[in-house]
Amino acid sequence: MSDRPLYAPQEPIFPRRVSGKFRNLKWVIMAVTLGIYYLTPWIRWDRGPNLPDQAVLVDMASRRFYFFWIEIWPHEFYFVAGLLIMAGLGLFLFTSALGRVWCGYTCPQTVWTDLFILVERWIEGDRNARVRLYRGKWDVRKWRLRLTKWFTWLLIAIATGGAWVFYFTDAPTLLVNLLNFTAHPAAYMTIAALTATTFVFGGFMREQVCIYMCPWPRIQAAMMDPDTITVAYREWRGEERGKKHENKSGDCIDCMACVNVCPMGIDIRDGQQMECITCALCIDACDDVMDKIGKPRGLIDYIALSDEPAERAGEPPAPLLKKILRPRTIIYTAIWSAIGLALLYALFVRSDIELTVSPVRNPTYVLQPDGAVRNIYDVRLRNKAGDDRVFHISLTSDEILRIELEGRGGQRNLVVPADTTILQRVYVTARPQDPASSTDTTALRLWVEDVDADIRASQSTTFNGRVQ
Amino acid sequence: MSERKIDDETGVETTGHSWDGIEELNNPLPRWWLWTLYACIVWAMCYTIAYPAWPMISGATQGMLGFSTRGQVAADIVDHEAKNEALVAELVAADLTTLPPSSDLHRYAVARGGSVFRAQCSQCHGSGAAGAVGYPNLLDNDWLWGGDIENISATITHGVRNDTDLDARYSEMPAYGDIFAEEEIEAVVEFVASLSSTEFDTDLAQVGSELFLDNCAACHGDEGLGDQMLGAPNLADAIWLYGGDRDTLAETVTNARFGVMPAWGQRLSDVDVRAVSVYVHALGGGE
Ligand code: SF4
Ligand code: SF4
Repeated sequence: MSDRPLYAPQEPIFPRRVSGKFRNLKWVIMAVTLGIYYLTPWIRWDRGPNLPDQAVLVDMASRRFYFFWIEIWPHEFYFVAGLLIMAGLGLFLFTSALGRVWCGYTCPQTVWTDLFILVERWIEGDRNARVRLYRGKWDVRKWRLRLTKWFTWLLIAIATGGAWVFYFTDAPTLLVNLLNFTAHPAAYMTIAALTATTFVFGGFMREQVCIYMCPWPRIQAAMMDPDTITVAYREWRGEERGKKHENKSGDCIDCMACVNVCPMGIDIRDGQQMECITCALCIDACDDVMDKIGKPRGLIDYIALSDEPAERAGEPPAPLLKKILRPRTIIYTAIWSAIGLALLYALFVRSDIELTVSPVRNPTYVLQPDGAVRNIYDVRLRNKAGDDRVFHISLTSDEILRIELEGRGGQRNLVVPADTTILQRVYVTARPQDPASSTDTTALRLWVEDVDADIRASQSTTFNGRVQ
Repeated sequence: MSERKIDDETGVETTGHSWDGIEELNNPLPRWWLWTLYACIVWAMCYTIAYPAWPMISGATQGMLGFSTRGQVAADIVDHEAKNEALVAELVAADLTTLPPSSDLHRYAVARGGSVFRAQCSQCHGSGAAGAVGYPNLLDNDWLWGGDIENISATITHGVRNDTDLDARYSEMPAYGDIFAEEEIEAVVEFVASLSSTEFDTDLAQVGSELFLDNCAACHGDEGLGDQMLGAPNLADAIWLYGGDRDTLAETVTNARFGVMPAWGQRLSDVDVRAVSVYVHALGGGE
């Protein structure tokens, strides 16, 4: 048996503060994404008296999804499916062009970890102070700093879990209910679960989530090729590394700045690594160093592996656009836009009223005492508008057919309440002398018309006659 | 493992597995990862003790918590019954003749009645209630005993021609094979056919008409329109319970028919009888 340990304790990482253009970009993206997440449920949107006035709302109880002016009904779930496919393809597109940019800039794990590290740095100081504190005894100061940090993390975690539930019901009402403990237990449980995961993942597990738990890093290698732009160390320029006075010729002065800032705890000079999330913090750190020692920036940079031979030979790399525009990215973009356009089209052609007609096939027809043949249809009428509407039901056919609504005593108008679906049985009859009564099938079309507005919808179906 | 292979590049021991010449390093796992694994194992063991898990020769182990999906369903049913208690009470007390079709109670009755129908009635009347030869179609508006809700309910409660219920619907047509001669039967059949068909033998029907008025009109009426009080079918419409061709009619006149339906009032609860009555009434032919 091996005498190696079965487990390895987590190596703590103390990323150093860094400033630079990529760090600034990350701050902006963090502010925007967190802002969107926390504030969206509070945007109001007036939809009329009977509908919720929350701009983005997943209304589980009445099975609706509201997104600003768009309202998705359960049978229109293909919109959500389409968006998910687009999100997936978008990830493929960005990964094949720019590597793990999703991981480095917008992944919630990265964003919240970044926020938690920011808090940590405010409370415990930068890298060296934190290392010292970590090694130090558990005295009063250490307890005070640790408790303050954990408490602040917890507040952020609660806010994070709390914001999530606001997407599912009216936010101001829920907030009041949450505070006086009358909200649904599901809300508290969701908040508790998300608080716990945010606290543990963002505060303690950090890069371990990316390395051991997330499946995405394992898949994305399949989407990258030598033309993909990722963070890399220009080895041919940096080596042989070492201090100038040691007579080393490379540009890298082995200052370890790039290693110290890395939130994943890796040394990019060892080459591309699975752990690297292409967050570019090492680029900012090294550029800073290069500025100080008067060397050109870009010892660590966003470059493609395919550029290496040219760069080694001292030639300029291929233009960025040429690397990004490859058959692969173009195909992803094409599919992505095709789905997007199809969804947009579907969004604009869908009507405010809808009907589905299902003929009752058991039995296909009913013979009446006077010899007439009757077919029954279950018509589902959907009024997607925010006010009650009067619908008129009619039919068109090449043959003579009579229409009657069950339980309406000859009336063919009916009221469908706002934002509801009703089921109406419709009888269609052919008298014995009408040809349809003895023809196998006759085509017909059922119409529903909004009496007050010029909107109508129809669906075709067939009438079954009695054939001897 | 006697021989330990060490990777030259990293100095780390390898597992000995190699793919395409790439050897797998035997790096230790993160501590939290291992502890998660152990916790899962402990959890799994507790789970199999607490819940039904291990397959045995007859059934699986019961588990300490006494959980069973069957029990859960039973609890769900009790739960639903408790939830529907108010509607059930309302349905038992309601006047079905005035129940508006758009009311919640009506919807409940139709849903409940539908499931009763599919369980108890569909064997004869078909799952779509279209009936069959000898079993009335409940979708049209031709009724032997009346199609208003009270008559439907009475038929369901007491059944037809069964000896278990004194209030059962009872219509009895004599077997005319004992009374009429064969030509007389032929003549009556021709007359009955003439009531609903355009092609018939006028002379024969004329003879049959007299026999009909003397023998059949008492129940079926002078014009053969039937009588729902007596359960006598309308002979002048297009609907035949057993068939309207000459041979079937002759068979019916000769031997009479004797369809039977159980008295459901003895088997179903009051609320189920009411629910299925509403359901049948709402099928399309209710009066
Ligand atoms: S190596 Fe550089 S780009 Fe990669 S994770 Fe570390 S800091 Fe970010
Ligand atoms: S920051 Fe730049 S100079 Fe310093 S060690 Fe890293 S690559 Fe070398």
